[in-house]
Parts: sequence; structure tokens; C-alpha cells
Amino acid sequence: MSPIQIIFPILFVILGPFVGGLMDGIDRKLSARLQGRIGPSILQPFYDVRKLMNKQVIGVNRAQYALLLSYLLLMIVTGLLFFSGSDILMSVFVLSTASIFLYFAVVETGSPYNTIASNRELVQIMAYEPAVILMCVGFYLVAGSFNVPDIMQSETIMITRMPGFFIAFLFALAVKLRKSPFDVSTGHHAHQELVQGIKTEMGARNLAIFQIAEWYESALLMGMVALFIVDRRPLSFFFGALLVLAVYLFMILLDNTAARIKYTKMLKIVWIATILFSGLNLLVLMLMR
Amino acid sequence: MAKVKESPWVLHYDGSSCNGCDIEVLASLTPVYDAERFGVVNTGDPLQADILLITGGINTQNLSVVKQLYDQMPRPKVVVAVGTCACTGGIFKECYNILGGADKAVPVDIYVPGCAARPQSIIDGIVQAVELFQKRSDEHDAAVAAAKSGTQAK
Repeated sequence: MSPIQIIFPILFVILGPFVGGLMDGIDRKLSARLQGRIGPSILQPFYDVRKLMNKQVIGVNRAQYALLLSYLLLMIVTGLLFFSGSDILMSVFVLSTASIFLYFAVVETGSPYNTIASNRELVQIMAYEPAVILMCVGFYLVAGSFNVPDIMQSETIMITRMPGFFIAFLFALAVKLRKSPFDVSTGHHAHQELVQGIKTEMGARNLAIFQIAEWYESALLMGMVALFIVDRRPLSFFFGALLVLAVYLFMILLDNTAARIKYTKMLKIVWIATILFSGLNLLVLMLMR
Repeated sequence: MAKVKESPWVLHYDGSSCNGCDIEVLASLTPVYDAERFGVVNTGDPLQADILLITGGINTQNLSVVKQLYDQMPRPKVVVAVGTCACTGGIFKECYNILGGADKAVPVDIYVPGCAARPQSIIDGIVQAVELFQKRSDEHDAAVAAAKSGTQAK
């Protein structure tokens, strides 16, 4: 184990929520500026969570708190697996397990809004999962291993060999980060037809935990984006950061320019994009071997 | 004492209003006035709301709805009545079905008069509500701390 495999997970656990929260804050500020408003402070998401921790706890039941805590813990475990340089396929599977815990936390309340939103959340998982798993296959075909350090030690810069997988992963990312047009189960913007979607029955402390888990998730997904560029050269970390920035700005632009679509259409678009881009890329990689 | 006043989330309920005040409430969130610069989020969820903003008077049918929304909001919470109708019943006061202002259903903290209330006065009301929200939160924290130390003493 190299020192980087010990430092990165520690940095993730400590800095993950701060990075994710700042990204959220930049998102809100930039969205406001795009709409011609002044917008809240960049630290607004942290203010929100601090307030939520100080509100009276009205939970629907105790299970929701436990399930949301499991969601947060599994999200941290996923990040630890990924940043400590373990199997990327493994971390993707643990990520899905975390999403399932979120689904349970939502569906067990039994409220009508939550029931519909949880079904949509499952459809979202169905939509993005093929693209994410095929991305891991792509990494394997190029680097010859699923392990993150091996992928980083590879001779080639990943994105030059797997641009199709990257484009398909962008679709998955838009679904995972709950950006319009794919924010069917819940959105960052107030008032949709499901009140707050999966967040409807989360208040006070529970919502704060959900928010922090989402921050960890954003930080983790941006790490996956950076893996498309980062190799053993130090300069590649700089370009990786640039790619992450470009991808995130694109997501904010997408969020502000697209209207929400029906979940059936989301499923079709994401799957067709996955089959088209990942499939073609997979074919090319298989033929080149 | 945690600082909570940077993040007031508002729940807007439209009683039997003529919709004049509701348009002005939404105007407060538009680029011209931009209430979000104070951290205000117009949430549709009472579980996540800090400030209950009521427009329009209370009638026999929405009395129980307003009471329920208020009960579903976690403490600390503040109620703002926006517009003459929500303050007193206004022009509809003599109607057979109107009971009066929002204070017939729930304890109102801030009254914002006007027909319709202007966005400037609505934002002024929200800013005053935010100060009150911070005060209530401090009291709430103190009460929780006192209850905790009380159970420890036992």
C-alpha cells in the first residue's frame, strides 16, 4: 500500500462533505446568477444543514433515521473503497447498495408522495446503473484490471481510449446528481408535483443526514470523473481537476436549461445513450485487442 | 446557540385570498427582489419549513388545514400573515363563510398589511420573522439543554 492509498481515503472522509457542500453552494450561486438573481452565499448549504440539526426532530418513525444513517455510512464506505485504491466494480456495487438503503428509508414511510418518488428513484437506479457498470468494463479493457491503482498506472490516458464510456457516464452523472432533465424523484428546485419527492417526509436531522450523504456522493462521483484523466504523472491531477470543473459546470448549465421529463423518457434516453456510446466504444475496444 | 437565521425556509399557504398577495409573494423570489439572497427557500413541505406564510382569510373549510400545517412544522417556528385579509379578514370579513384573519386558526407573530402587500413589505416581514426565528431557536436550544441536564440529575 502506497502512502497515497492511505492519505486519499482520510482526505475523503474529512474533506468529502466540505467539497460536496461547496459544490452545492457554487451550484446555487451560479444558478441564481444565470437567472439574473444575486443568489445566496456560497456557504448556504452549510447554513441549511446547521439549522436542520437544531430543529425539533419529527420523524415518521425510528427506522427512517437508522436507514438514512446506513445510507450515509455505505456512501462513506464506497468512497473509502474507491479512494483507497480497491476494486472499482466493488465500489460501484456498494454504491448501489447505498442507493437501496435510501429507497428503503423513503418507501417505509408509506406516504403517497414518497411511494411515487421511491418508485421513480428505483427507475433512476435502473437508468444509470448500466452506464456505470459498462464504464468499469471499459476501464478493465483498457487497463487490464479493475483496481484503481492499476488503472492509474496504465500507460494511456483513459479518456482517449474510452470517450464513448465517458459520454454515457455523463448521462448517468446527470441522473445521479439529480439534475434537470433527469430530476424525477427529487430536485434541487422547490415545488415539483411530488412536493419534495423522496425528501418529503425528511425533516430536521434526517434531512441533514441525507444532505451530507449526497455531498459525499458528489465528491465520490467527481473522483470517478477524474479517473478518466489521472495517471501517475503529477500534472495529470491538474488536468483531472480541470475535467471535473468542466463536467460540473456543464451539469449546472444543463440543470438550468432543461425542463424535467417523464421517467419513461428518462429511461429511454439514458439507455439509448448507454447502448449507443458505451456499446460502440466497447466494440472498438474489443476489436482493437 | 446555533445561528439559524441564515437559512429561513418558508411554507406559503393560500387561504381564501384573491391571489393578489400570492402573486406578490412569488414576486419576492424573482430577480427584482430575490429573497433567496437571505437564504429563503420557498418549500412546499411543512416538515422542512421554519416560517409559515399565510395569505388570505380563514374560512370554515381551511381552518383545520391551516391548523394541521402549523402542527406539522417542527419547532422553532414563526407565522407571518401577509395582506389585509390574512391580518383581519379584510374586504371579505362580513362574508358568511369567513371567520377572520389567520390568527383565528394559529398564533400569528408578524402582520404584514397591504392590499395587496407589496414585495418590499413582504420581505421586511420575512426579515423580522427571521430575527424572531433566531430568538425562538435560542430559547428552544436552552429548553432542550435544560431538559437534558434535568434528566442527567435524576
